Amino acid sequence: MNAKGKVFKYPDNVDTDVIIPARYLNTSNANELALHCMEDIDADFVKKVQPGDIMVAGWNFGCGSSREHAPLVIKTCRTGCVIAKSFARIFYRNAINIGLPILECPDAAEEIKNGDEVSVNFDTGLIVDITSGKTYNAQPFPPFIQNIIKSGGLLASLKKEV
Amino acid sequence: MVGMTMTQKILAAHAGLERVEAGQLINARLDIVLGNDITTPVAVNEFKKAGFNSVFDKDRIAVVLDHFVPNKDIKAAEQSKQCREFACEHCISHFYDVGKMGIEHALLPEQGIVTAGDCVIGADSHTCTYGALGAFSTGVGSTDMAAGMATGIAWFKVPNAIKISLKGKLAPCCSGKDVILTLIGMIGVDGALYKSLEFVGEGVASLSMDDRLCICNMAIEAGAKNGIFPVDKVTLDYLNGRAKREPVIYEADPDAEYERNIEIDLSSIYPTVSCPHLPENTRPASELGNIKIDQAVIGSCTNGRMEDMEIAYRILKGKKIANGVRCIIIPATMQIMKECIERGYVSAFIDAGAVVSTPTCGPCLGGYMGILAEGEKCVATTNRNFVGRMGHIKSEVYLASPATAAASAITGYITDPKEVLS
Repeated sequence: MNAKGKVFKYPDNVDTDVIIPARYLNTSNANELALHCMEDIDADFVKKVQPGDIMVAGWNFGCGSSREHAPLVIKTCRTGCVIAKSFARIFYRNAINIGLPILECPDAAEEIKNGDEVSVNFDTGLIVDITSGKTYNAQPFPPFIQNIIKSGGLLASLKKEV
Repeated sequence: MVGMTMTQKILAAHAGLERVEAGQLINARLDIVLGNDITTPVAVNEFKKAGFNSVFDKDRIAVVLDHFVPNKDIKAAEQSKQCREFACEHCISHFYDVGKMGIEHALLPEQGIVTAGDCVIGADSHTCTYGALGAFSTGVGSTDMAAGMATGIAWFKVPNAIKISLKGKLAPCCSGKDVILTLIGMIGVDGALYKSLEFVGEGVASLSMDDRLCICNMAIEAGAKNGIFPVDKVTLDYLNGRAKREPVIYEADPDAEYERNIEIDLSSIYPTVSCPHLPENTRPASELGNIKIDQAVIGSCTNGRMEDMEIAYRILKGKKIANGVRCIIIPATMQIMKECIERGYVSAFIDAGAVVSTPTCGPCLGGYMGILAEGEKCVATTNRNFVGRMGHIKSEVYLASPATAAASAITGYITDPKEVLS
């Protein structure tokens, strides 16, 4: 599994309120919600994002509310992957559970610049910044979590067990 | 072989294991699975999509409509309806609709749905509140809620812990809110990422249950997986006659390993405010007297409990809200609301010029009932002050205790409650 695209770069502590503001949470329709993805931090994101594009952010990405709508709108915008220095724990869990690819890699998140062309190999954890020519290695997921991802999310993996 | 923390002991017991270690991945049995009117619809969609047709135990699921009720618009009403239909279809016993509902994290302890020793997940980040009762309790997403409802089990990575040793006693103008804001200011919004915050020490005994619930409530604002207090007389007195299940007491081993030790002398805590736009931006209330406010909100799952109402009453009684300030008071449950009416608090609030609402999360997350316009500033007893959290992206939220919020409502500026408390 791979992703390749242009980078949208964000700072530390991007919270779920700016990823999807609560004023839109009166629906659970993913397509409707996705129109407002990143609206309060980057109003242009939904206009500019192309399938496969990559979010790169600092520490504690996805902090705050447990709303699964946050990874859901990022996934629905067909973002290929989120790379961050670290993820807030509920966001991390939710991303895995719904099958949004995420990678923790502080060096990559520090050095990759907004607008760079980046490719990611999820099997190996290899991140290549095509623009700068630099490569980075993200920590691969433990097997328990890889299983969830390979099954297509938590519920699919549970159904498989049953 | 090192000992286990209190959290690790609860997790080991619920995973059916003798012992667990930090970093270990486990499947744990759940005592309660919780959702609200925002997160339950997503969980129900996933539950159905995955083809589940029954819940693991109708008595161990709680669905509370609290974020946008009484419904703020048609879409919110549709979401509540979806929760209602699911609860009815599966005979969910802890379903709380308008008239019975309260803000979930005030309601569940009040109704005795959670007890000491429980392992609880909730599709709401402030589910960590119940650590105050000596339970392991953590926020998850809707897919986890769906899986929890279907199987009664959740996966966890066993956390390591930060030990917070409390000593001394709080000054009368201070409360649990000042303690947790101080701690978040010390360690930062990711200072406890993936970890437990375990509160211990001689200072614990002096903290009321409302203080402890408030402290654990905001553990998530330091990134923590859970916050937890030991079970003592205060806990058992609270649970007695209330808890629907027998409490089980777990204690950390004397040789439990902690990643970090922090000491807090409660007597050194002062009224504390988190400035925009992160809860870690803490300052003494006394240094913010130049911040003019447009609104004060007293309520939420953090500070809508009886003691919060009491201190607001003590400060607002016989006074007037400053010109140009809207003061919104939201008791967190119907029981608290009723008690506020019976004790004459509601009349005093109204006489002071405040508005009193039935329970709702409303303004805390910028839903309704007190949205801020561009450039407006609000002092709030809520839990987050992120960009746009309570309204316009150019509005500002200052997090504070009920005492500080009430004092500020009277003066019109952020005010140390010492200045108005006689």
